[in-house]
Amino acid sequence: MSNLFCSSIGRKLVMSLSGLFLIIFLIVHLSVNLMLLVPDGGETFNIAANFMALPVIKYGLQPVLALGFIVHIAYAAMLTAQNNKARGHNKYASGNSTKEVMWASKNMFVLGIVVIAFLAVHILDYFVPLQITHGAKEVTIGGATMHDTYSLVKETLQNPVKVILYIIGSLALALHLTHGFWSAFQTLGASNSIWRKRWTVIGTIFAWVVSLGFCVIAITMFLS
Amino acid sequence: MENNINLTLKVWRQNGPQDKGRFETYKLEGVSTESSFLEMMDVLNEQLIGEGKEPVAFDHDCREGICGMCSLYINGRPHGPDDDVTTCQLHMRKFKNGETITIEPWRSAGFPVIKDLIVNRSAFDQIIAAGGYTSVSTGGVPDANAIPIPKPDADEAMDAASCIGCGACVATCKNGSAMLFVSAKVSHLALLPQGKVEAARRAKAMVSKMDELGFGNCTNTGACEVECPKGVSISNIARLNREYLKAKLAD
Amino acid sequence: MKLDSKIPEGPLAQKWENYKASQKLVNPANKRNLDIIVVGTGLAGASAAASFGEMGFKVKNFTIQDSPRRAHSIAAQGGINAAKNYPNDGDSIYRLFYDTVKGGDYRAREANVYRLASVSNDIIDQCVAQGVPFAREYGGLLDNRSFGGAQVSRTFYAKGQTGQQLLIGAYQALMRQVNAGTVEMHTRTEIVDIVMVDGKARGVIARDLVTGEFSRHFGHAVVLATGGYGNTFFLSTNAMGSNGSAAIKAFEKGALFANPCYAQIHPTCIPVHGEFQSKLTLMSESLRNDGRIWVPKKKEDAEAIRAGKMKPTDIKDEDRDYYLERRYPAFGNLVPRDVASRAAKERCDAGYGVGSTGLAVYLDFKSAIERLGEDTIRARYGNLFQMYEKIVDDNPYATPMMIYPAIHYTMGGIWVDYELQTTVPGLFAAGEANFSDHGANRLGASALMQGLADGYFVLPYTIQNYLADDIRTPRMTGEEKEFVEAEKAAKDKFTKLLNIKGNRSVDSIHKELGLVMWDFVGMARNKKGLEEAIEKIAAIKKEFWTNVKIPGSDKGMNVELEKASRLADFITIGDLMARDALHREESCGGHFREEYQTEEGEAQRQDDKFTYAGCWEYQGEDKAPIMHKEDLKFEVVKVAQRNYK
Repeated sequence: MSNLFCSSIGRKLVMSLSGLFLIIFLIVHLSVNLMLLVPDGGETFNIAANFMALPVIKYGLQPVLALGFIVHIAYAAMLTAQNNKARGHNKYASGNSTKEVMWASKNMFVLGIVVIAFLAVHILDYFVPLQITHGAKEVTIGGATMHDTYSLVKETLQNPVKVILYIIGSLALALHLTHGFWSAFQTLGASNSIWRKRWTVIGTIFAWVVSLGFCVIAITMFLS
Repeated sequence: MENNINLTLKVWRQNGPQDKGRFETYKLEGVSTESSFLEMMDVLNEQLIGEGKEPVAFDHDCREGICGMCSLYINGRPHGPDDDVTTCQLHMRKFKNGETITIEPWRSAGFPVIKDLIVNRSAFDQIIAAGGYTSVSTGGVPDANAIPIPKPDADEAMDAASCIGCGACVATCKNGSAMLFVSAKVSHLALLPQGKVEAARRAKAMVSKMDELGFGNCTNTGACEVECPKGVSISNIARLNREYLKAKLAD
Repeated sequence: MKLDSKIPEGPLAQKWENYKASQKLVNPANKRNLDIIVVGTGLAGASAAASFGEMGFKVKNFTIQDSPRRAHSIAAQGGINAAKNYPNDGDSIYRLFYDTVKGGDYRAREANVYRLASVSNDIIDQCVAQGVPFAREYGGLLDNRSFGGAQVSRTFYAKGQTGQQLLIGAYQALMRQVNAGTVEMHTRTEIVDIVMVDGKARGVIARDLVTGEFSRHFGHAVVLATGGYGNTFFLSTNAMGSNGSAAIKAFEKGALFANPCYAQIHPTCIPVHGEFQSKLTLMSESLRNDGRIWVPKKKEDAEAIRAGKMKPTDIKDEDRDYYLERRYPAFGNLVPRDVASRAAKERCDAGYGVGSTGLAVYLDFKSAIERLGEDTIRARYGNLFQMYEKIVDDNPYATPMMIYPAIHYTMGGIWVDYELQTTVPGLFAAGEANFSDHGANRLGASALMQGLADGYFVLPYTIQNYLADDIRTPRMTGEEKEFVEAEKAAKDKFTKLLNIKGNRSVDSIHKELGLVMWDFVGMARNKKGLEEAIEKIAAIKKEFWTNVKIPGSDKGMNVELEKASRLADFITIGDLMARDALHREESCGGHFREEYQTEEGEAQRQDDKFTYAGCWEYQGEDKAPIMHKEDLKFEVVKVAQRNYK
């Protein structure tokens, strides 16, 4: 398997596995964020969010997560460049009018860039004050002192521009996932004519649940 | 029923592989809607010869949708605006009077243009030569009924084997990927006990050749399946991925 | 010239075994030093080239297409015959042999046909081992269906794409040899001449269709597997590129052309519908398994249909004339092709034809759909029905298909002996390009069988018998004067064509030739018409050589130039066909002379005078060819009037 990752299918495998890994991260992220909706003034959310500060997470899992993002993005860039080259210099003058092809599937790179932009805003808004500058406010719950992540989120989401950015980011993520989810399984070979339909349905539901989940939270926080 | 229509054709003309190429526009009148697209091209060529111009070169042979020789990217689609057909089976009743039709060659780094609308698809032969066969020589084989093959497997192998090697999948793919073509052959043979024997070797050799020849990476858009005149399914691509990864992990 | 067919000694069933037991072989070390040129990559060419490569010969293989997989064998739909007798319905090698000889109207060489039948089973084994996905039953074993001219089910099939699957099997075997380095593949390359050295075929002159450049190629032996010449008729079921040029080159070098008048007219093609038409599309004979052929019983119904006032579905069953079932109750809709074609012509000529031109009959699946259900019919013929619908824009599940006969296959071809060697030493011909095996009419699903038999199981033996004497012949470089001269002659011919600079396109002259062929040398021929045809063809020849217009130059790709060089040879073939048809004063198989028919309109052979193969020898440009006879002896089969009643 030495040169596996030099092959087209090997490179796609990297995309598939890193993508699935990021999907798991999304599930965890959404689960934590849903705690924002618990009407206890943010207590539950803060406790949940505080686990991110645990050393094992901060020094153990976060680099892995970052690596997941970096690999996924770097390979996407590499594959896109190769694919452009494979397409040739001359483009079709009559464009492409093939129907029945999912729009998202042809625009994964663009969607990915939107998601990265969203990610960058996210890092500036939360990761920096919570984990680097520690500029976020603190709160004590049950004797433990921790960042008041809840207030930080609430403050950020009072800004309608931010809310709109969040919604755009979430929608791009949804589209990215509608294709990315089943595609990951296709690349792994865990698909056939029956399972392709199943993965597509599961993927679509998952994409919109995640995306709308984030949107609902953002809107709720804005309105509250 | 039968109707005559007038058309404007925007056709890609290129004198040779090194030529830059350009579009030329031709008017064609009184084309029968009962004629096939290539018969319309014949009429155009007769007109051009009459005018002392060089006719448009395009690939075609059997004109019944099976040899895979005809190509043409017509109004944004390989094999034109009808489903499950090759260009030779496309009929002019699919076009309207006064329509402008843009006709281009397959475009992909893997298929360089030879002249006008003709491209070089020998890359496909090279991929098959790399491993798209069972290594049996003539004679000395067992009786045809010695190994029963479940009908569903045989049928699925047949569906994969119905690929005509026309290259529409590569032509339509935004990545210029040949995965549908390669996967159809790998699937066809991997599904049958006769081909199963060297399935791992075959998958590796064919993918490696495909990559070497400069085809792109599959991103599962599924456009190939839509444009395939024989409806070869992308579930074959999943099987190829499976076969390939299995083979590589076993190395 | 005395024709020696080299039929081995012994009883019929033992001849091939005897041949193999006594033939000369070439040892492995010598095989590496022997070159074989194979022209064509259809079933015969690809299977021969692959087999030679596997054996260790150095092979050069040429095709005019961009890939060997495009050869027109790919378009065969229905199936391939073999005497496996898997269905246990009474088949045997002898039965397949007998049906083929009878189907060929007793104009084939018994020994060749018997060999064909006896290797038929090996072909199926070979193809299955290559991964050809033949149709199977639920038990996992191979399925068979029935075909015209047989009372058993012996046809193996892969949906309606049997030719494609068999060709891809052979193509894959060929590409394996390309990969192994034993076969050198030349695509988009046309053979423009055969090089003779000391009376033997020693190579070819090739023209690269992309660059227009000529090249010289040496071979200790040359195999032509270039298919038939049906495109002489312009409209045929052959591919646009199918041509008889290599065969004519062989003819001009002294190979005899046998039985050129035997052309098969296939009964089930989509009817002609317009001036602009470029080719005819075949609907597989297998459709006659479940489809019933009919025309209206009443002339007024037929007239109403032609005028568009009535639909076929409006005609009640009792008003339909299922003429094949009526005339031939024993075989019904499954009579051989020549019989079915003539019966369709007879009905249309009598005024019962349908379609806007009156030149069509119905092929109806109503009873089959009622009996088996639409799903079963869809499973059997789905792709053929889809194809029909795409072309005609009519749903054959609801209204009957319209069909009419069209030129499909040529039984005639280069004369070969039992070893498939032509009268030119070292020049072999295989598949449709040769004249063997099918006599005056070919049965359905037998062309694939013959092509593969020749390539996989006959030539690999017989060519060794020739090459064994050639192991001391060193490779030639292509610089020898014979090669240089042949190349110059070929170049001159192309220059001559380009310099005509007349006013008519190649296609317009080809269409004119096609019409003459169809009208006078088609389904029904007579003395007066054939004499007229010979004159008309001579006039067309003159017109061609003085008035053809070929734009462009000989540099780079020039499709019109390619077409013109092929048309020049089609004109030669057209003339040969007409001459052969004129001389053969009898009706047999695909050759029907109106003067020789029974009162019921059936073909009437003249066995006492014409039980031979008519073999034409080239005499030079603009000279009439002369004919030699190979007498056919029937030692096993009793020659009788064919009876499908």
